[in-house]
Amino acid sequence: MTHMQVPAPIEYARATTVEDAVALLERLGDEARVIAGGHSLLPMMKLRLAVPEYLVDINDLHGDLSYIEADGDVVRIGAMTRHRELLESEPLWDLFPIFRDAELVIADPPVRNRGTLGGALCQADPSEDLSSVCTTLDAVCVIQGSSGTRQVTMEEFHRGPYETAVGQAELLTEVRIPVRRPGSSAYLKVERRAGDWAVVATGAAIWLEDGLISDARVGLAAVGPNTTGIPEVSAALRGRRPDEEAFAEAGRLAAASCRPVTDARGSAAYKRHLADELTRRTLRTAAARALADTGAA
Amino acid sequence: MEVSVTVNGELVTRDVEARMLLVHFLRDELGLTGTHWGCDTTNCGACVVLYDDEPVKSCTVLAPMAEGHDVQTVEHLELDGVLDPVQRGFMECHGLQCGFCTPGMLLTARALLDRDPDPSEQTIREAISGQICRCTGYATIVRSVRWAAEHADEVEVVP
Repeated sequence: MTHMQVPAPIEYARATTVEDAVALLERLGDEARVIAGGHSLLPMMKLRLAVPEYLVDINDLHGDLSYIEADGDVVRIGAMTRHRELLESEPLWDLFPIFRDAELVIADPPVRNRGTLGGALCQADPSEDLSSVCTTLDAVCVIQGSSGTRQVTMEEFHRGPYETAVGQAELLTEVRIPVRRPGSSAYLKVERRAGDWAVVATGAAIWLEDGLISDARVGLAAVGPNTTGIPEVSAALRGRRPDEEAFAEAGRLAAASCRPVTDARGSAAYKRHLADELTRRTLRTAAARALADTGAA
Repeated sequence: MEVSVTVNGELVTRDVEARMLLVHFLRDELGLTGTHWGCDTTNCGACVVLYDDEPVKSCTVLAPMAEGHDVQTVEHLELDGVLDPVQRGFMECHGLQCGFCTPGMLLTARALLDRDPDPSEQTIREAISGQICRCTGYATIVRSVRWAAEHADEVEVVP
């Protein structure tokens, strides 16, 4: 064959249940990796940036782990829910429009047919969009191992670039998002071309009480070792009117708090400028949507 | 390892390396070279096939992952001498020049029309947004898909 990008030799196994996947990972050890949609892992394997000896394919778990369910004050999303399913879920769009905003700018339709929520979070790319969405929404990750399940916040989930709290013989099975109303959310990404990784992307969520901001969260992608929540922004916005002055201060805080580096996608100064501007814009949109939700809730 | 995939309605089994990509399984093992192999980086969409009826980039699926799934390639669009309306649309409206992106474009168009028989120009543009054409500027591709939507019920046998 001619020169082409192919992964290094691997052994392949299929898991039929979560327990089966965990047992396979335990047995195969450190050189085993889970493959879900494969649209982050396979490109890395072709480039030999990832060289697992064993792949544990969990696509057969799609039936069990693809769901979007409102369950009291929480929405539970199965880790195998594919991007396209997130994009096309109207109930999800109603509660968290940030998902639709983000999904429309994640890769492209054929990629969205394969890539999964769990795969996106576990890849832990600092520029990855759904990590920023889940950080913004204060999501909790449910991780299953042989001794049971545990829950971690997004802050605990991401340990560094491409590193998560998921152990070698564990599986991310579900993401839980708290529902607070009235409230809403938004996402914006600046990219060099359609479907590309973010130069900078920002998610924002605002919750209202008596016309004032009861809580707000901002999650930034591509401006630090992981997608970053900005606690300073939340602290500065609580109890304030959702107005331009508040959003401008939040933008300044976001720009000051993030840690961008100069690379092929742009200079650190440009990225700080984007963090500021995108924070203002997403907060503005989230606030307008939250006001509309005040009437609906 | 032995891999069995339903390709164009037929169950085929081959003994291949687990690392083999679906695009190479189709082209090199089955001789279905209508599926084109382009960028190899999940960007260009020349390798798009229908995977359980939805467009997927076959350079980013391992052949063993496709076991138990239904794969359709461009070779399956024409059946018993009858062209799919999207194929006729691309002929009528000059939807291709060099033809490299065409198999993927045809399959995406087919999947789109199966879901939405009367798509707007914007919907068509979004549907093909994961596939690159360097000849047409996309205008004639969009027209071709619209032509197929408008002539969905007409059957024409290949001469």
